[in-house]
Amino acid sequence: MLRSYLTLAWRVLSRRKFFTAISLFGICLTLVVLMVASAVLDHIFAPMVPEVRQDRTLGVFRARMTGDRRMWTSMPGYLLLDRYARNLPGVERMAIFSMPQSVYSYPGGQRVRSFLKRTDAEFWRVLDFRFVEGGPFTDQDVANGSMVAVINATTRDRFFAGEPAVGRTIEADGQRFRVVGVVPDVPILRLVSTGDIYAPLTTFKTAAYKNELMGGFGGLLLARSRDDFPAIKAEMETRLRHVPLPNGWKELVAPAESFFEMVAGNLVGGRDDERSHPERLWAVMASAAFLFALLPAVNLVNLNMSRIMERASEIGVRKAFGARARSLVGQFIVENLVLTMIGGALGFVLSWACLIGLNASGLIPYARFTMNFRIFAYGLGLAVFFGLLSGVYPAWRMSRLHPVAALKGAAR
Amino acid sequence: MSEMIALENVEKVYRTDRIETVALSDINLSVAPGEFVSIMGPSGCGKSTLLNVIGLLDAPTKGRVRLNGTPVESHSDATLAKTRNREVGFIFQTFHLIPDLAVVDNVEIPLLYRRMAGAERRRLALAALEKVGLWGRVHHFPSQLSGGQQQRVAIARAIVGSPRILLADEPTGNLDSQMGDDIMHILHGLKQESGTTIVMVTHDPRLAEQTQRIVRLFDGRQVH
Repeated sequence: MLRSYLTLAWRVLSRRKFFTAISLFGICLTLVVLMVASAVLDHIFAPMVPEVRQDRTLGVFRARMTGDRRMWTSMPGYLLLDRYARNLPGVERMAIFSMPQSVYSYPGGQRVRSFLKRTDAEFWRVLDFRFVEGGPFTDQDVANGSMVAVINATTRDRFFAGEPAVGRTIEADGQRFRVVGVVPDVPILRLVSTGDIYAPLTTFKTAAYKNELMGGFGGLLLARSRDDFPAIKAEMETRLRHVPLPNGWKELVAPAESFFEMVAGNLVGGRDDERSHPERLWAVMASAAFLFALLPAVNLVNLNMSRIMERASEIGVRKAFGARARSLVGQFIVENLVLTMIGGALGFVLSWACLIGLNASGLIPYARFTMNFRIFAYGLGLAVFFGLLSGVYPAWRMSRLHPVAALKGAAR
Repeated sequence: MSEMIALENVEKVYRTDRIETVALSDINLSVAPGEFVSIMGPSGCGKSTLLNVIGLLDAPTKGRVRLNGTPVESHSDATLAKTRNREVGFIFQTFHLIPDLAVVDNVEIPLLYRRMAGAERRRLALAALEKVGLWGRVHHFPSQLSGGQQQRVAIARAIVGSPRILLADEPTGNLDSQMGDDIMHILHGLKQESGTTIVMVTHDPRLAEQTQRIVRLFDGRQVH
């Protein structure tokens, strides 16, 4: 019977080309948007080199200072991280890095813009960069303020035409650095680890940053295990209560949190309980995805309902010859599933093409969007969801048609 | 077994918010196994309603219906569907073939709702098509056939499951007289070869005369 349903489904779809095209367009468009969005989210949040230890990494990415009728929100300052985020209980390693700074160089007379990030030596131990040449700068380099740098592969191409770079010198922002290592490009969406040039913190032109509570730096906390997170967060909170604040400021908040928690706090957070923000962001994203997925499904329900009368004769005939409601529901669901699976397959191909196009466009520097099995499974799940959602109700309505009414309806 | 179809005091009333329409009233009908009966009467007299009640497509408002000695009033929808599938074959005036299916797939429809292997279904469908003389058109679609050929496909679909009862609602109504005669010839052949009980609605006295008995209806009542 399934074979017969599949054959009929194929024939119905190929004969009703307009209906099929409209339905496939809706399914495809939705799948492409959802799958590209999920690929981008995957690219921002999922573990990938060099951020492979996300399961036990927290960060201090944002700080908020409040006073009477004023509020200051920024990244934390070096002083805050250096004095209050070190030696937290359960933390195995702690690294400090600066926000990438846009700098200009003029290799061969060409103006080149790069992102310069300054870090300590722990940065290379907390993260897992796979060096393609040389290695990281050392604690000694940082202590001495050595003018050394790690660069990414694109910077090597720009400055040295892809030739080995270690030992050679680059100039950026009026400073000269000796290259000690080359790492693969990290997508710009990976705000923690991305950069074109990485130099020691101590190569800043002044040391004023060391006295700032607010602005320009982030901290990475590599915990022994995820179980240590609550204690780390609580201790950070406690410590910040005792920070002597500048005049007029009353409270300083700089939570130890995952990158996702930070994004959630920025996008959907208020001044309420920080712990509720990730759940809120998940709810917002899930609702958006659900509503987006619902639109073509509702469209399909409408189209299917309008086809009831068109196919009333068939329903009447099948009932007359012994079809039970269950069989008819099964038949129409199979038809919808076939349609949605075709839409799903087309959606996958189009999503894949979109991601390749996005990678090649350079719109998001160093992006490496890929279709992975997880995203494939999301897409397949969505296609089945569409099929069931848009098929069950019309199928149920069709199956309840009275056979005589169905036959008369067709004969009119 | 003396009765294949038995109707006792059958009444069928259609009710809407405002009006009540009596389609059948006090119908008592008995059809013997292998009998070929025609139902005649003016338009709107309840012929098709009577056929639908006999074929278990519609339930009477009052009265009893028995098929092959079995009362059907208490049957669930699923049991009625099974009974229709096993016992009854329908032939409609407008054929009601599914345009998206090839001839042979249309004929297979009643067998889809039985536990049967695909190869066996196909064998029986081809045999039924051979019986109605359409062996050469099995992979055509209904739109590629003439009216007479389409009605022959509909007959093949009606007989493919070897039902004991064949209900034909003006089977020649949309055909010219030559094609109508061909269809009647096939129906007579079925009765002779398989002993099928046939109830046929018709407007055509010439065709009705060819059956063993004529039941006449007027305003939903039997007239004698």
